[in-house]
Amino acid sequence: MLELRNVSKKVGNAFHIKDVSLKLEKGSLNVLLGPTLSGKTSLMRLMAGLDRPTEGDILMNGGSVLKTPVQKRNVAMVYQQFINYPAFTVYENIASPLRVARVDDQSIDMKVREAAKLMKLTPYLDRTVLNLSGGQQQRTALARALVKGAELVLLDEPLANLDYKLREELRIELPRIFAETGAIFVYATTEPQEALLLGGDTATLHEGQVSQFGPTIDVHNSPANLVTAQTFSDPPMNIISTRKQGAEFVFSQGATPCPEGLIGLADGNYSIGVRPHHVMLKKPAGKTLKVEATVSTTEIAGSETFVHVSEDDLKMVVLTHGVHRVEIGDKIPVYLDPTKFFIFDGQDALVSAPTVGAA
Amino acid sequence: MEKTYNNKAWLLVIPVFLLVAISAIIPIMTVINYSFQDTFGKNVFFWAGTEWFIDVLRSERFHDALGRNLLFSFIILCIEIPLGIAIALSMPKKGPWVPVCLVLMALPLLIPWNVVGTIWQIFGRGDIGLLGYTMSAIGIDYNYTNNVFDAWATIIIMDVWHWTSLVVLLCYAGLVSIPEAYYQAARIDGASKWSVFRFIQLPKMQGVLIIAFLLRFMDSFMIYTEPFVLTGGGPGNSTTFLSIDLVKQAIGQFDLGPAAAMSLIYQLIVLLVCYVFFTVMSNVGTDKPEEVEE
Amino acid sequence: MAQITLDKLAHSYLPHPKTDADFALKQIDHVWDDGGAYALLGPSGCGKTTLLNIISGLLVPSKGKILFDGRDITTFQPEQRNIAQVFQFPVIYDTMTVRQNLEFPLKNRNVPSDEISKRVNEMIDILDLGDKANRKARGLTADEKQKISLGRGLVRYDVNAILFDEPLTVIDPHMKWQLRTKLKDLHRQLGHTMIYVTHDQTEALTFADKVVVMYEGEVVQIGTPEELFDEPQHTFVGYFIGSPGMNIIPASVTGATAQLGTHSVKLKGAYAKLEGKTEIGIRPEFVTMKSSGKGLPATVTGVEDIGRFKIVRANIEGNDLNVVLNEGESVPADPLLSFDSARINIYQNDHLVRPQSTAKGA
Repeated sequence: MLELRNVSKKVGNAFHIKDVSLKLEKGSLNVLLGPTLSGKTSLMRLMAGLDRPTEGDILMNGGSVLKTPVQKRNVAMVYQQFINYPAFTVYENIASPLRVARVDDQSIDMKVREAAKLMKLTPYLDRTVLNLSGGQQQRTALARALVKGAELVLLDEPLANLDYKLREELRIELPRIFAETGAIFVYATTEPQEALLLGGDTATLHEGQVSQFGPTIDVHNSPANLVTAQTFSDPPMNIISTRKQGAEFVFSQGATPCPEGLIGLADGNYSIGVRPHHVMLKKPAGKTLKVEATVSTTEIAGSETFVHVSEDDLKMVVLTHGVHRVEIGDKIPVYLDPTKFFIFDGQDALVSAPTVGAA
Repeated sequence: MEKTYNNKAWLLVIPVFLLVAISAIIPIMTVINYSFQDTFGKNVFFWAGTEWFIDVLRSERFHDALGRNLLFSFIILCIEIPLGIAIALSMPKKGPWVPVCLVLMALPLLIPWNVVGTIWQIFGRGDIGLLGYTMSAIGIDYNYTNNVFDAWATIIIMDVWHWTSLVVLLCYAGLVSIPEAYYQAARIDGASKWSVFRFIQLPKMQGVLIIAFLLRFMDSFMIYTEPFVLTGGGPGNSTTFLSIDLVKQAIGQFDLGPAAAMSLIYQLIVLLVCYVFFTVMSNVGTDKPEEVEE
Repeated sequence: MAQITLDKLAHSYLPHPKTDADFALKQIDHVWDDGGAYALLGPSGCGKTTLLNIISGLLVPSKGKILFDGRDITTFQPEQRNIAQVFQFPVIYDTMTVRQNLEFPLKNRNVPSDEISKRVNEMIDILDLGDKANRKARGLTADEKQKISLGRGLVRYDVNAILFDEPLTVIDPHMKWQLRTKLKDLHRQLGHTMIYVTHDQTEALTFADKVVVMYEGEVVQIGTPEELFDEPQHTFVGYFIGSPGMNIIPASVTGATAQLGTHSVKLKGAYAKLEGKTEIGIRPEFVTMKSSGKGLPATVTGVEDIGRFKIVRANIEGNDLNVVLNEGESVPADPLLSFDSARINIYQNDHLVRPQSTAKGA
């Protein structure tokens, strides 16, 4: 088990990592989710031992590893760039950590072939890595991390430089491969969707702090605070401010009835979060808030369409299924269903999340 | 960024420290020591204070030699830098001729200084040297041992022959690192060859040019071997550069004090000029700080 | 602005190509409309960059001709073609200011100076670079630099086409959609013919009116985003467009029924007799799962809950397929799958076949 106790990393006057405490179990898959510069790489460097925290302690299986240099720790790391030995064959690349550890040839051969099979590299074992595609190169790097038999495997956005179709395929394979080795896996990504596809546990990072840590789907479905909700939503969650007054939520665009379970909530100002796929272009059943908004742009992502709309200061992203053409500049009605609201209080802490399973 | 915390690193650094101490710091300390004292041999020293420094700075001999050095470096840089850029630009960027050109360019660099001097000394002789003989055969009065202009011309050509390659190789490295897209974009923009040079190649070579400039300045300013072998500082004192003068004083006349003071001044000049060059050239073309911080 | 005609164009990097496989770009014959926004989409190595280089003039095709507005320009040099190109990495003149960068192509063409300043001012406005106009270009962010490279093409009124070679590669994710939107805006405002090369479906589908999907040196489909989604002409298009892609399942087709192993599925119309490899294609969105009634029994091999929907990995008699379930729907214990007949496409040797007649009620 890897444990971080109140770890901070300060460079100059700026905190790169601030007061992070995490416990990562053996055999678990942990996703670090956050935008660029949120501290994912800094945190991984601390876990690997490439950097030393300015405060706090890092323990492996109960003992502090702060004084252990990287070379002595049993760690493997895969980066966004495909890092391999360019002159070596795939076989030698995968075998390299075992050669360093002076494993006998027979065991090397067995382990290399096994890892190659897992990563679907068997036909390429005799090629040099420069003759491989990006996906194959990254699979080689992943296989090398696997054979090392490390206790801790750190993957820093390993799929970011690959074509999206390859990314889709590797995302399916990776969790399965991880589960088989029993190591602690840490996987950094900027994409909420990737975190969801990988499953496991997720720690959301924001400005060097972990805003929430828990099973991925739980963090996604009931984010503890506004920051987590925004980090874990792609495109970003739509945020609207509101005032609760008796049995109603009052917006500048109108009012909606308060869902039954929330009648007891104290009156006052709240922030409402609505996920893009919960903003409807067609009126759903029940009472809704209707907003006449102007389309500012549309994006088509294969099976889904994002429509960016705005009305005065309110900017929203709507996600709909399939391919839709909406003319930019058109005024269209969009509907917000109060049963799909995430409600955050004045301190941005979650008050209520929509129930999953409610139609 | 890549820090590991390990005190063993010191063990690896110690040999270098020792080497630097023995080869640089101790001799410099000795020189500094000499420069403030006077001696008549037999290890008897008298405190001389800044007397030698004042002497050197006031001496006409020093002024003349310094002037020659500056003139020499100036001429060398004016020839070698543009020539080096020009040759680098005309070298092929890909294909089978690349290695051939690179090897040809590297050849002069592999020849030791004194050999270069000797080659040219023989090459330029009127009786047996190809150059000297040809020159006199076609009626040009060429004699580097008697004629000041001929002596300078020979040393300069010699240095250009020996060292332009270095500038070429540095510039070439800078040129080949420019992505192909820049040239394509320039063609599409309808840029002339001169514009491509002025706005793409020159800015992208800036880094290597600074290095070439500094290296060639330091080297040419400290020139010793070639004129020593070729002309021995003559005719008269016309090719007596600071370094040659220094050796004459220290070893020929055994004036250790003035020689020490002179070498320290010499070194300070090199450092100062390099510092100024570096600061000025690094700032060429960059924004003023207040503009960047907007 | 120009109409671009690709006339029996093909290219091989080998001096004497013999078989079809020797061609990096197999024969393509097409006319691209003046003022259209086209995207060349495909995985790496599909020939899209080869095609782009032929259009820009960096490559002379081994076969065929390329025409701008009916004029044969096959052997013209890039500078003679009056095109503009935006590269993967921003190409800017470091030592010049933003304004000087934009002026450069006009100055090279001896445009009068009052004309230059008018156009450049206009372009600075359009690109929202007003406050940076007099800054040195080297200190700018990647997206600003990319705007400048684009602007250098746009200031020229005579450009035949603007080519983009994966222009968003080095742009931060959150800036990507802004720049993408800007490109679309500019296309609408200025009406240039634009050709955009990418391997990213979102970029291609968002930017283009017509997407040219390429696969192994061949153009497999040219169509609108809707067409690519609804009726992929080739199984590769079905797989490549959409996340997850289309399910392609081997089946035999007789009339208006497809036979999947021991199960039969109703189709939208009757098909003629099909030869060779026949498959049905159905998008995961159009497969529904229920626990009782009629349907194809499937085993579930995995479920990925990604919040707004679930991807169910299922298997019918040895064939893998994905099913998308909406948020809140749960996976039944012994699921029965049913396919939306209207959304089933039939492929013969990887190419789409249409029904001869439409079935009643479908």
